[in-house]
Amino acid sequence: MSNAAIAEKRPSTLRGASLPKWSPWAIAAGSVAVAVAVGAGAGLTKVQWGLISGLLFLVATYAIAAKVEGRRQAKDRIATGLVWVAFLVALVPLVSLVWVTVVRGVKVLDVYFLTHSMGLVADSQPGGGIYHAIIGSLEQVGLATLIAAPIGVLTAIYLVEYGRGRLAQAVTFFVDVMTGVPSIVAGLFILSLMLIFNMEPFGFAGSLALAILMMPVVVRSTEEMLKLVPNELREASLALGVPKWRTILKVVLPTSIGGITTGVMLAIARIAGETAPVLLLVFGNRFINNDPFSGPQQSLPLYIYQQYAAGNDYAYDRAWAASLTLIAFVMILNLVARGIARWKAPKTGR
Amino acid sequence: MDTTQITDAPPPTPQPTAAEQKRNARGATRPGDRIFLGLSRGSGILLLVIMAAIAVFLTYRASLALSKNHGNFLTTFEWNTNVTPPSFGIAVLAYGTVISSIIAMVLAVPVAVAIALFLTHYAPRRLAGPIAYVVDLLAAVPSIVYGLWGALILVPHMNGLFGWLNDFFGWTGIFSWDQGAPRSLLTVGILLAIMILPIITNVSREVFRQVPQMHEEAALALGATRWEVIRMAVLPFGRSGVISASMLGLGRALGETMAVATVLSPDFLIHGSLLNPGGGTFAQNIASKFSEATEFGRDALIASGLVLFVITLLVNGAARMIIARRKEYSGANA
Repeated sequence: MSNAAIAEKRPSTLRGASLPKWSPWAIAAGSVAVAVAVGAGAGLTKVQWGLISGLLFLVATYAIAAKVEGRRQAKDRIATGLVWVAFLVALVPLVSLVWVTVVRGVKVLDVYFLTHSMGLVADSQPGGGIYHAIIGSLEQVGLATLIAAPIGVLTAIYLVEYGRGRLAQAVTFFVDVMTGVPSIVAGLFILSLMLIFNMEPFGFAGSLALAILMMPVVVRSTEEMLKLVPNELREASLALGVPKWRTILKVVLPTSIGGITTGVMLAIARIAGETAPVLLLVFGNRFINNDPFSGPQQSLPLYIYQQYAAGNDYAYDRAWAASLTLIAFVMILNLVARGIARWKAPKTGR
Repeated sequence: MDTTQITDAPPPTPQPTAAEQKRNARGATRPGDRIFLGLSRGSGILLLVIMAAIAVFLTYRASLALSKNHGNFLTTFEWNTNVTPPSFGIAVLAYGTVISSIIAMVLAVPVAVAIALFLTHYAPRRLAGPIAYVVDLLAAVPSIVYGLWGALILVPHMNGLFGWLNDFFGWTGIFSWDQGAPRSLLTVGILLAIMILPIITNVSREVFRQVPQMHEEAALALGATRWEVIRMAVLPFGRSGVISASMLGLGRALGETMAVATVLSPDFLIHGSLLNPGGGTFAQNIASKFSEATEFGRDALIASGLVLFVITLLVNGAARMIIARRKEYSGANA
């Protein structure tokens, strides 16, 4: 009899009471509705609506969950809520950035804009374009890549295939540290050389600074890729009597070429947007200068900065359009690089 | 018996000479090998030389400027390099750089960790992949674009926040506001936070993803809620990874030039309030003073750049040490 009474008191399942699955959505909808009502009633801004609804959601979730499910579950739910809120809050500026750049950028972005320079246009006038900046950017970034990519790849080969002992450790450490060198410091370094040799600004000086920024990135990514190449491949080649350098050139590099290309392209995407060293070393130019080895050049990021600094609506329009061009260039590089990475991914051992 | 035949010694192999032994030990015997080794080792050494050269040449040019400086480089509150006698100091720049970076870290790190947790543990699978991809791409957006957006979009939107802070926290002094344009260190800090958010998120996400499945499943099997799993299994495992991710973000925030140069309206004073415009950072000062600087002025800017270089070296070195220590002790490599 007493046994039966105890059995009656036990809950029917092992789990405690729990809120239905749709409850977070219901609470969210409820708190948004209340926030809108309060906000509209008191004449608050939309940001305040959002803040009120976020706060209401967290408080209501905690109260209801604590009542029904117990305190531990309530804490879990509030953590979930906080993580979601953090995500949504962070989304606002990042979405705004992309959205504004696209919307304002397309205003003046057309073929004329891409194929003309600022030579005959003052900053306060409409018209003009970024042809000179595109030429400058492509030349400077291209030269930087020509310098940094071979050095970076060879360094990575040294670290993975040969590197033992003190020197390799030092190189690894300083590659890591070099990744963190601010772009303006790289610019100042080249500037100090130019001051010593009494040189005027020119495109290639910018390339040198960009190459310094690019090298560690290339080393890092190439190293990761080379490490993915299975040792069996190297051993098979060496066992056939192939010299080590031919093994590296004919077996290791072809196996990892996809990943290396990806790394180099991501590094290009990074330096293409660097403004500070270009500002110090290349100086900017309103006219088209095709020669990176003499005279100041223009570059896309610097163009954006100068148009912003000009401070009128026409210049702002051009700055946004140039930003859109630059973002598009960087994004396309990124997407293509990731595509190559997926397509050419080396087959690991298993 | 027959054993003698079996144990018969094989014909004696010729002993390699000392020179041959040495060559074999080095592994590079053919000319091609030696050239290739030389090339790749040379590139590694070149990287070290570049780092050394950066330090040496910056120090040299900085010493030229410092020897003629009539102010105290560390404590002078002005940057007058075009007058005689010149007088410049980095006090304001150091203050602005540190404060804006601290604001950025305080805002960005918790949110970045939350997003990383969201991507690894909360988001629906189908959503997590594309979002992680987009965060990756956002990390590649050039800083000048953040700067343009910050100056033209973020700054006008800061008035509401600043007014609110002034109304409720103005009495602290830190958040008092004289209704000037909100181009202040706080706005810079917020913009920097937005900029470094994708980087910290990316690295933290990678770390959280490496948490051994077993730890999480063990915690779940003991009846832990999802939050308890994260607090007891995920965060302790990922702590050093998150720290080093934050340091990488900090390194970027310290050296950021264009985003600060476009947003901040600088002066050479240390303001008690974070909301009133003024102050400056190392990188911003270099970018905005450069165009009007004489050769001496450039040397002075190089001196301030050297300080920035040393600070970022220390921050990044510390981050790398933490990562290296984690590699040694983490269970993931066991």
